[in-house]
Amino acid sequence: MKSNNIVGASVPRKEGRDKVTGKAVYIDDMSMPGMLHGATVRSSVPRARITGITLGSGVAWDEFVIVYAKDIPGKNCIALITEEQPCLADGVVNHPEEPILLLAHPNRHLLFKAMQAVQIEYEPLPAVFTIDDSERQDPIIWGTDNVFKRFLIEKGDVDSVWSKADYIIESEYTTGAQEQLYIENNGVIASFDADTGLTLWGSLQCPYYVHRALKTLCGLPEHKVRVVQTETGGAFGGKEEYPSIIAGHAALLAMKSGRPVKIIYDRMEDMAATTKRHPSRTRHRTAVSRDGKILGGEIEFVIDGGAYTTLSPVVLSRGTIHAGGPYHWPNIRIRAKAVATNAPPHGAFRGFGAPQSLFAMERHMDRIAATVGISPVEVRQRNFLRPGQSTTTDQIIDEPIDLDRLLGRGLDLADYEAKRRQFSVQNKSSRLKRGIGVATFLHGAGFTGSGERYLASEVALEGCADGTVRILVSSTEFGQGTNTVLCQVAAETLGLPYEDVAIAPPDTSNVPNSGPTVASRTVMVVGKLVQSAAEGLRQTLLASGLAAGYSRQQFRDACSKYVAEHGALKSWAKYQAPPGVFWDDEKYRGEAYAAYSWAVYIAQVAVDLSTYSVTVEDFVALQEVGKVLHPLLSRGQITGGVAQGIGYALYEKVAWEKGRMQNGQMTNYIMPTSADLPDIRVYFEELGNEHGAFGAKGIGELPMDGPAPAIVNAVEDALGIPFNSVPLLPEDIFSAVSAAESSASQELPQGVR
Amino acid sequence: MSTSGGMCDVSFSVNGATRTVRVYPMERLLDVLRNQLGFTGAKEGCGEGECGSCSVLMDGELVNSCLVPALQANGAQIVTIEGLAEGPRLHTLQKAFLDCGGAQCGICTPGMILASYYLLMRKPSPTVEDIREALSGNLCRCTGYMQIFESVAEAAKQSQTGK
Amino acid sequence: MRSDPVDFELVAPGSLPAVLSLLAERPGKWLPIAGGTDVMVQYAAGKLTNRSLVSLWKLPELRRIEVSDDELRIGATTTYTDLRQHEITRDELPLLVNAAAWTGGIANQNRGTLGGNIVNASPAADSLPALLVYDAELILASVRGERRVPYGSFHIGYRKTILAADELVKAVCIRRQFRGFFSFSRKVGPRNAQAISKVCVAALARMKGEIVEDVRIAMGSVAPVPLRMEKTERVILGNALDAVTLQRARLAAMDEVQPIDDIRSTVAYRRAVCGNLVEEFLAKLAASPTNS
Repeated sequence: MKSNNIVGASVPRKEGRDKVTGKAVYIDDMSMPGMLHGATVRSSVPRARITGITLGSGVAWDEFVIVYAKDIPGKNCIALITEEQPCLADGVVNHPEEPILLLAHPNRHLLFKAMQAVQIEYEPLPAVFTIDDSERQDPIIWGTDNVFKRFLIEKGDVDSVWSKADYIIESEYTTGAQEQLYIENNGVIASFDADTGLTLWGSLQCPYYVHRALKTLCGLPEHKVRVVQTETGGAFGGKEEYPSIIAGHAALLAMKSGRPVKIIYDRMEDMAATTKRHPSRTRHRTAVSRDGKILGGEIEFVIDGGAYTTLSPVVLSRGTIHAGGPYHWPNIRIRAKAVATNAPPHGAFRGFGAPQSLFAMERHMDRIAATVGISPVEVRQRNFLRPGQSTTTDQIIDEPIDLDRLLGRGLDLADYEAKRRQFSVQNKSSRLKRGIGVATFLHGAGFTGSGERYLASEVALEGCADGTVRILVSSTEFGQGTNTVLCQVAAETLGLPYEDVAIAPPDTSNVPNSGPTVASRTVMVVGKLVQSAAEGLRQTLLASGLAAGYSRQQFRDACSKYVAEHGALKSWAKYQAPPGVFWDDEKYRGEAYAAYSWAVYIAQVAVDLSTYSVTVEDFVALQEVGKVLHPLLSRGQITGGVAQGIGYALYEKVAWEKGRMQNGQMTNYIMPTSADLPDIRVYFEELGNEHGAFGAKGIGELPMDGPAPAIVNAVEDALGIPFNSVPLLPEDIFSAVSAAESSASQELPQGVR
Repeated sequence: MSTSGGMCDVSFSVNGATRTVRVYPMERLLDVLRNQLGFTGAKEGCGEGECGSCSVLMDGELVNSCLVPALQANGAQIVTIEGLAEGPRLHTLQKAFLDCGGAQCGICTPGMILASYYLLMRKPSPTVEDIREALSGNLCRCTGYMQIFESVAEAAKQSQTGK
Repeated sequence: MRSDPVDFELVAPGSLPAVLSLLAERPGKWLPIAGGTDVMVQYAAGKLTNRSLVSLWKLPELRRIEVSDDELRIGATTTYTDLRQHEITRDELPLLVNAAAWTGGIANQNRGTLGGNIVNASPAADSLPALLVYDAELILASVRGERRVPYGSFHIGYRKTILAADELVKAVCIRRQFRGFFSFSRKVGPRNAQAISKVCVAALARMKGEIVEDVRIAMGSVAPVPLRMEKTERVILGNALDAVTLQRARLAAMDEVQPIDDIRSTVAYRRAVCGNLVEEFLAKLAASPTNS
């Protein structure tokens, strides 16, 4: 089949026209006859027994639909990995903003007043708010020891390296929570009918996650729950598991009232009540030789999971596996745990544990370099994984990745050496201190280890009566280009024009479960299945008489004919684990991911010592991603991810007070505007990938890993002061600079600080 | 403009057509446009005038419609995203946003395009800095802004060369 | 949206005298709203306690900039965009125009007004330090007539002003005496656009030879009110811009401000940055071509 050059071209975004004309329908653009508006009454305390709930005066309560925990028809839980998280608090709350009861009313404006009039009495219980607090295990707020999950990775013989080390380098690194801040807040509409069952429309990433959660919560059989994704205005992981909660609330109200119920969060509620990136603490202790080679080390990686298990074990898993970075560790012990605190559960956010542990690793590499007296470039060159070597989980790198060369290319693109020299001269006499920093890293695509096998994703391709082709997947579009790329893959495989392939809306009554749209797996794993299903469709038509080397019209005619004769034309593909890929869940060893992407990120910063603020002036993002299926979309993923990474590093701080976010407005939670970001220069390399569609690996999350360490490395380069935490705010820089100054206690020349 | 029982009639033109609505004077223009008139292109992203997703043009000025009480729109000319295309023919900006990857999830896009439209009305040949400043009140979480700037620059170029 | 529109009334009497009558009828009842960029945010958050509002938007008497030989009279509902675009304000009041450019994004500049900024009386407001150093005077109007007060006397405490319950800020008057002054302004916020300031400074100076003949410095976000830095000015006035003066000015500034810890920043940071900004102002003044 001739190549159409669809894959590899920047074809038009399938739903693009609707987006630029304002016609795209997001959940709050939808309305139904007889619809009620719903709202959630939430806990105002972090941990307590509920001793009373009173509906106060001044509200016509008989006009409201009210749902309490006892009204739940199925199981009072949000089913995810465990069924531990209650949908509605039943006697006890474990975090601020925990849902307690639900209200609905035809007039949206009356809800807020009603919520204010609900009086809840609490008997406070002692609570825990930080990783350190949680580790003290007093109080125990979860399980027997406040620990949701532990992992242990061991390779080689770590205990033997200390005596051979020329340097033993120890440090601790921390990262804060981060809010996904999709511009479209969470929202759903639920509708229930005793005959047809429950339908849920919403802004979400994983229709089948919501489907499973609703079945369990509402006590309904599978075929009586239908979940439909509406156009989704950004997600980034924040709509991976969270929507099951808001969906559950709308569903319960819809079932109780018999009317459709819409729940839309406003920004304040969304920020305070929904998931955030897990805060983390990583401790490194590394044995290093005289010339900067890592002999071995211990890493302790801890994440704060909030009040319930939710996805913390999986976030922990990815963070743990990435903790060693793209380096060769002949010996290593990684101890990891996810601990409980009394905050709203933390959850999925692009990167999913890797940004946290890679921040630590990349800062630590610069620490090693400084201690040993070599450059940040040399320390990396001396420790990079090479093909044939094994990762911390004993996965052999079997593709021809040359990290040395990649780093060299990145340094050239960033003009690293020249700038570093230039800055060290200029900084002496300037109030503006410039620096340049490097981060090198990897990101595994797809679910970890046996995860993809467990997901057993399915995909279908349908030949339609009019001769066009439709893709049936549960993979969702939320800006990253799912619709476009999967259609490209199918069209290219079939040798059809891109216009002849469409993708069905993700509706669980109509599409198979191709797995969640997470983990940078859509193009790589689902795309590969689409390729298979397309191939299957082609074979069916060829077998039914379509000539090889067919034209577009011939295909259309054959397809229409087949459908007319057989009633339908559908081709299925189901995930098969690649042979020779083994993962041991007990020992946490083996092939953790089917493919890794590799990257070199370089940040140039200027620190203004009159305001202590950091500006990123230039950013190079170079990554090897297997194959770039759509240049414009791929570049857009990187620039967007880098922008979020810059926010993570320098701007986005969650101000916590007893487990509750205090700065839950866009005025006070600071994400970068167009005036804050540099040109982000993006470059790709393509080594191919046998496991991914047309050789693609995942790229969605990769860009989140590099910016924070590259930037903080650059700040250290600029100021000569190490920082080990993000977000790094001007106030933090001020504290460190003035501490350094007072300990140096020298008279500085006028006009220069 | 008559009043009765707290509500009043407010008239304004939207995309060239006069509309009259019966509203409470403190209803937000955003809500009136979306819920009463069906112009759902303007979105609520923050409700506090920070994200720009609700941007519309009011009497030729870019404003955040979540901060405009309906009464103050009386007699105004409003332009929303729905007013940019001429039937099936997209506005140069809309086409540029498609060609240059300026829209990803699309939720900021209507506001972003209107802010760009407002810029190009006053500065047909903007520099990158002009674009950066003009859009600094429109937050995008998906793109990192690069391809948005390029979309605007492309639209400016197309408009100069008369397509 | 956490308020119910049913609970609020908004009227637009259409002329300034009609507005003033309304304010006089029931002093304290009616909250004037111009572009709404502060009031509507409070309203949407469910925090607006005034239920009765009177619109000043589109009152021609209030949205204008009058230029006479010796003064500029800026109507209270002049928007930030108006200030940025007007030829004379751009030329002669750079501190005010810069502050206008910092305030919110373009959409908020199109609706935000100088009068609104003044009456909202947030110590973090961007344009208020400029008004202090320009020795602005306010015209306050009511049915009882008009009075003209120095802007420096307007703020008497955190979000408290001398405005009477039936009074409106009608105009801001600035004498045209600052041509040829060296001006310096800077806003320090958590990001480069759309930010509430952590510290902001507006400063003017004129040299006579090597000596500072006139100096005015005001800062925002460092006290319960926008702060005119009179003690710091006294340390500079009449002196040369040598290392000693700069150091003394820095220390005076750090001492004069009264910053707090809040959701945006810390006392120590704000204090240090104030000192740095004053020093930066003086260093730039010393290096400026007008200084010869």
